[in-house]
Amino acid sequence: MQTLNQALFIFFAVLAVASAILMVTRRNIVHGAVFLITTLLSTAGIFLLLQAEFLFIVQVILYVGGIMVLFVFVIMLVNLDVSMRQVQFNRQWFVAGALALVLAGQFLFAIWAGRGALRLPAMANEISPKNTEAVADALFSHYMLPFEIASILLLVAMIGAVVMAKRRAG
Amino acid sequence: MIPVDDYLFLSLALFTIGVIGVLTRRNVIIMLMSIELILNAVNINLMVFSRMWGTVDGQVFAIFIITDAAAEAAVGLGIILAFFHNRETVLADEMDIMKW
Amino acid sequence: MNTPYFLEHIWLIPLFPLLTAAVMLFYGRKLANNIVSYLCAGSVFVSFIFSVGAFFQLVAMPQGERFFTKVLFEWVPAVPYHMFDGRLAQFVAGWEFQIDPLSAVMILVVTGVGFLIHVYSTGYMALEGGYYRFFGYLNLFMFAMLILVLANNFLMMFVGWEGVGTCSYLLIGFYFHRKSASDAGKKAFIVNRVGDAGFLLGIFLCSAVLGTVRFSDIGPALHAGNFQKGDPWLTAIALLLFVGAAGKSAQIPLYVWLPDAMEGPTPVSALIHAATMVTAGVYMVTRTNAIYQLAPKAMYVVALVGAITALFAATIGVVQNDIKKVLAYSTVSQLGYMFLACGVGAFTAGIFHLMTHAFFKGLLFLAAGSVIHALSGEQDMRKMGALSKRIPVTYWTMLIATLAIAGIFPFAGFVSKDLILGKAYEQDVLLWAIGYFTAGMTAFYMFRLVFMTFHGTSRVDHEVEHHIHESPKAMLVPLVILAGLSIVGGLVSWPEILGGNSHFVHFLEPVVGMAHQSRIEPLKGPSSRIGEINLMLMSEGLVVLGILFAWYLYIKRTELPAKIAKGLNGFYELVYHKYYVDELYDALFVNRAKDLGLALGWFDTNVINGVGVDGAGWLTRFVSRASMWWDTWIVDGSVKLGARIVWVLSLPVRLIQDGLVQSYMLFIVIGLIGFLGYYFYLAHHAVH
Repeated sequence: MQTLNQALFIFFAVLAVASAILMVTRRNIVHGAVFLITTLLSTAGIFLLLQAEFLFIVQVILYVGGIMVLFVFVIMLVNLDVSMRQVQFNRQWFVAGALALVLAGQFLFAIWAGRGALRLPAMANEISPKNTEAVADALFSHYMLPFEIASILLLVAMIGAVVMAKRRAG
Repeated sequence: MIPVDDYLFLSLALFTIGVIGVLTRRNVIIMLMSIELILNAVNINLMVFSRMWGTVDGQVFAIFIITDAAAEAAVGLGIILAFFHNRETVLADEMDIMKW
Repeated sequence: MNTPYFLEHIWLIPLFPLLTAAVMLFYGRKLANNIVSYLCAGSVFVSFIFSVGAFFQLVAMPQGERFFTKVLFEWVPAVPYHMFDGRLAQFVAGWEFQIDPLSAVMILVVTGVGFLIHVYSTGYMALEGGYYRFFGYLNLFMFAMLILVLANNFLMMFVGWEGVGTCSYLLIGFYFHRKSASDAGKKAFIVNRVGDAGFLLGIFLCSAVLGTVRFSDIGPALHAGNFQKGDPWLTAIALLLFVGAAGKSAQIPLYVWLPDAMEGPTPVSALIHAATMVTAGVYMVTRTNAIYQLAPKAMYVVALVGAITALFAATIGVVQNDIKKVLAYSTVSQLGYMFLACGVGAFTAGIFHLMTHAFFKGLLFLAAGSVIHALSGEQDMRKMGALSKRIPVTYWTMLIATLAIAGIFPFAGFVSKDLILGKAYEQDVLLWAIGYFTAGMTAFYMFRLVFMTFHGTSRVDHEVEHHIHESPKAMLVPLVILAGLSIVGGLVSWPEILGGNSHFVHFLEPVVGMAHQSRIEPLKGPSSRIGEINLMLMSEGLVVLGILFAWYLYIKRTELPAKIAKGLNGFYELVYHKYYVDELYDALFVNRAKDLGLALGWFDTNVINGVGVDGAGWLTRFVSRASMWWDTWIVDGSVKLGARIVWVLSLPVRLIQDGLVQSYMLFIVIGLIGFLGYYFYLAHHAVH
């Protein structure tokens, strides 16, 4: 079991990272969007490995099925051919890259300093049946307020998006 | 007993790639997508520690993050569309009206 | 012992005219002419009554005690000072009135003749503008003159002295809209002032040498100081005082103002320039005779100047054609006689001549005014003639006055002039000769005046002829009274040789015999080779000759004067133009003073205005420019500096804001790196 876990983990991890790298470097935006989808699906897989079933589903349905579709629609509405012929990377790419690596280095240092300290507990033999319910429980009891706020946030975003995309009257 | 380090390394890698993408690409749509990548990396982190502690708080928080990402993507794409209608460009370099 | 009333209240005498003068000043405008006349002439009349009262009460006292002082109040409190010889003295002067025979005579003459002239003026000035102003000035003059003669010290006398000078200026320039009149007023005052400078120096020297300015203290001071006859200090004092007298009494070289003073109304000429003010100099010399008697050189100078002036003025008077000018030069000449008298020691003769001169010269001027009035303002004798039947009263009174001035027996002038000439002969024959010859000339030009004015053929302008009329009663009555005085005035001091008592001379004895070592006695007959009677006969003879000569030239052969004038052309012009003395003074002094004024004016315009005013302007502009520089560079500069500092500091920040989102995000990352670095560093060290 252990090895399956590990193998699956390596598979999803490599897939995620590769897709991510590819996404960031594509000239064609649609390709980039597709590779993002792949990354998200890999992430979903990671979630499942961590026995977060509800979030796995949410990730797939919401993130991939909603957000990425939205992205693709907008990509279509934007002038794709023109942007493909333009320069893709901006002037600060080197500095930005360096600094990002520095940042990564810092985090790396932090993780390395505490390597081996934290461990995941053993997985249960059965599929734990209560993840969704537990999430629901927590969501609708302890986290009721954030839940409501989140719904308002969605409402606001919806109205904002509608207003934004509206053509000027007349 | 898998150490969490591997998951953290993964999360870090995705985060770094996302940061590089945001800072480096000119196309704003790619920038938005890179932001989604960053958020995902954070989600992975949350899930790992939620599993480690055995609570669902991390997962609930991750739900909220996803919700927020959705709203943000919707509004952001709306802005991009509006800007494209006005200026015919999706390049961040050419969106410098708010300079000094 | 109770002091007699009029002596006690001697200070009221100047006060009455002063009060009416003040009334004229404040209310004169609103009063009718009659009221002005009654008030002003009335106050002088009251003063005259008081003078008469004071005189009789003085005479009632025994001869040696005829001296009375009334102190009104202290003016200058005693200030100690050192005299020239080192002794300590007190300088003190007060308003103190002094009555002795001399001042009694003076106040009688001043108030008496003054009153008659006031009455005359009510008629003469009746139709003139400024009636109240005239009488106000006239009364003010009376006040000042009375102060002058009643003062017991130099300071108070000087107040009166200046006062009469001021009133003379005011009255000469009475018709101030005529430039010639205002010029004449100025000339009188300024020439007077020159004399006053000498007068003041004399007063100062007197107080420094004798330690007092009070007249009654001079005698004792001279005795105490053991002054010898001929002392240089006393000579100096006497000469300086004489300078003042020469200015006031129009002697050479300060006589030039008197002929010009004829610009004033005729009553003014009569009162001020004949009877009273001009005699102030003679009075002052007599008052201080104690000093003069110890300075024979000074006395000789006085006599010589007097004699020469008498002759000089007479020569000018001979050729003048304006009736008032003739009388003016005649006055100068007669004043010369008075100083001649004082100079030879006959002080009483001088005062006596002063009194008789007041009578007949006052009368002459008033009568001349009457003639001018009758001829509607004509003053040129060449345009007169044959008036004797038409204005008889004026004619007869003027004739009497002329007989008096010529010195015909037994009129007043004869007695006084004879007294002077007699004493002069005793002292210095040359002086007598000058006086003798001048007497002849006096007779000549005075009768010339009478013949040209009243006799011969009428040369009067046609329109004027119709209006010839005798003057009103107000003018004629004073003429008659003065004529009477001119006739009998001589009786007061009828010479002993002719059987008289010389009352006047004896009366003034105490005053004149004040010097301790006086060798000069009051006049008795001259002990001479010729004898007083012979002198009188000689004078009368010359006078009659003069009158006959005048008759010959101006009645018998009237074409002769013009021929003689043409024959002596150059000389005639010289004398006619008064020896060009005025022109000489103009060139020497007047124009030089004007030059000084112009120079000072130039200085003021260019230096003071240039440096001061323009300089101040330049300075202001300079300061404002500097201020502007300061404001632009320093004040604005510091403001701009602040702005520039902010600009410089904000430059990097500005450049950072490039509007590019990605660069902003880069900064976030940088910040994050720093932030994290710090915390990881802390955490690392906390653990280890």
